[in-house]
Amino acid sequence: MSNTDFVLAIEDLTVSFDGFKAIDNLTLYVDRGELRVIIGPNGAGKTTLLDLICGKTKASGGSIKFKNQEMTKLAEHKIVRAGVGRKFQTPSIYENLSVFKNLEVSFPSGRSVLGALGFRCTDEVKERVQSVASEIGLADALDMEAGLLSHGQKQWLEIGMLLMQEPELLMLDEPIAGMSVRERELTADLLQRICKGRSVIVIEHDMDFVKRIAHKVTVMHQGKILAEGSMEKVQADPKVIDVYLGH
Amino acid sequence: MDAFKNWVARSGMGSILILALLIMVVFPLTMDIFRLNLVGKYLTYAFVAVGLVMLWGYGGILSLGQGVFFGLGGYMMAMFLKLEASDPEATKIQSTPGIPDFMDWNQLTELPIWWQPFHSFSFTVLAVVAVPMILAFIVSFAMFKRRVGGVYFAIITQAVALILTVLIIGQQGYTGGVNGITDLKTLMGWDIRDDSSKYVLYFVNAGLLIGVILLCRWIQMSKLGTLLLAMRDKEDRVRFSGYDVSMFKVFAFVLAAGISAIGGAMFTLQVGFMSPSFVGIVPSIEMVIFAAVGGRMSLVGAVYGALLVNFGKTYFSESAPDLWLFLMAALFIGVVLAFPNGLAGLYESHVKPWLSRRKSSPPAPSMEAPASSAHTPKTAPESSLPKGVQGQSA
Repeated sequence: MSNTDFVLAIEDLTVSFDGFKAIDNLTLYVDRGELRVIIGPNGAGKTTLLDLICGKTKASGGSIKFKNQEMTKLAEHKIVRAGVGRKFQTPSIYENLSVFKNLEVSFPSGRSVLGALGFRCTDEVKERVQSVASEIGLADALDMEAGLLSHGQKQWLEIGMLLMQEPELLMLDEPIAGMSVRERELTADLLQRICKGRSVIVIEHDMDFVKRIAHKVTVMHQGKILAEGSMEKVQADPKVIDVYLGH
Repeated sequence: MDAFKNWVARSGMGSILILALLIMVVFPLTMDIFRLNLVGKYLTYAFVAVGLVMLWGYGGILSLGQGVFFGLGGYMMAMFLKLEASDPEATKIQSTPGIPDFMDWNQLTELPIWWQPFHSFSFTVLAVVAVPMILAFIVSFAMFKRRVGGVYFAIITQAVALILTVLIIGQQGYTGGVNGITDLKTLMGWDIRDDSSKYVLYFVNAGLLIGVILLCRWIQMSKLGTLLLAMRDKEDRVRFSGYDVSMFKVFAFVLAAGISAIGGAMFTLQVGFMSPSFVGIVPSIEMVIFAAVGGRMSLVGAVYGALLVNFGKTYFSESAPDLWLFLMAALFIGVVLAFPNGLAGLYESHVKPWLSRRKSSPPAPSMEAPASSAHTPKTAPESSLPKGVQGQSA
């Protein structure tokens, strides 16, 4: 496979679980600075695709190149260190630690065993925690135990933990699930801010939200890409209408 | 001053200081050497319990095979002492003088090659810590890299404990078999059996224990400590934050192994023998009980747990020889059911609020910070300390 200018180039990606092809010969390119939304009915393979990119699931075939570096054979933590951040569907934060600690732990230094022993919370770290915390609207909650945050705040905290790592590719799995209308708006603004200077892939079901944030939409169905393009184009596509309404 | 106070409260230095005072000053002043030696023996188990706080409480990795590392440390110290006790002069009635007596009984005619380095004390001290850590590294690296965890890991540690016990018992000529390595006399010419040396050994042991607790506390307060807690809660999140989770687990396991081994070596020195009954599954599980009773999140709690359970064991085995195992089990189940966080958890949830209520009520005189933990359990074991305990099983 040749090198490309895309930040993420997925080609002929396949994964099968006991013969069932959850992702079937999928090819997808994501540009630098792009905010891509992936939609599709349940079981279309959206989450599996993110799992494959971040190394949680190993591909049966095909290639995933991040900045022209092959990712399919790398260990998870190496993929993260290369610059790929992943937010899980259910908020995945350290409930027993304070918001500050949650963010501090995500700071990308002292990642080896000995490095962690020698890690000091320098002013630089504190500043980053502060700036990320104000970005995600949790600047006043730094000393709070993360488990006490509201559901929406937990989602933001996890996004903040990813921002600490300054990833070049950020993948968010249903970031607004369970959020109130107001929280959804704030999240949309947040996403529009953070996609400056990095690429973002979002999986989402809420079409109004998708319309608001997406640069480009990819529709998945049964492990394949059904349609790709702007929201208007995709919504007008008869195949997409068929998948969403036909069955 | 306030910053210092904050640091003391945050670091738990107060509780460590109280523990140090208790075992280095109060116990030696109030007990005769026989009982102090007994406490010294209990404190060697506390090493294992402290290691388990790091491994199980912080790392969330339950090991039911810590006896392996305690035993290895103890055995290697015993090998050194045994070689010293087996000089040709003292063993001249044997068919092969100069080798340990059990080897002679098993028709060995020369010292096995892997016993040779244990003539050197510095090698022994190094090996006491290094060999268990290397074994722990091999076992845990193989398991954690393959993502074996939880119950499966616990079962594997049990298997290791069983294998080592069978090996020691089966290889009688090399290990002393089921009797273990006994009849240890001197450490580089210094008689370890008389009272004054027992005092010295007790203080060395207590000092090492406090040192180990301080080391662990330092680790807990570093980013590594935070990461261990984070891993316990959300392993995937840590992994996808760019950390190699398996290496952190390996670190916790190796650390706990090294600490346990120091306890084992101090056990041999203070008790004067080592046998497979400290290696196998049952002692390994007992050591988990010490940590659970003390509170698996509290380093000092683990020490109180080890003391309390062992005092209880001594007491029960004397007052109800037929029932004592059941009573021990009841104690364990009771503690786990009633206070899942052990004695330290009881302190956190009951004593500390009570102290601060007293402190805040108007007439109460200002007391020093309530950072001192686990004040309460210590009185109980002391008063229930039986006299003349001997030969109780552990």
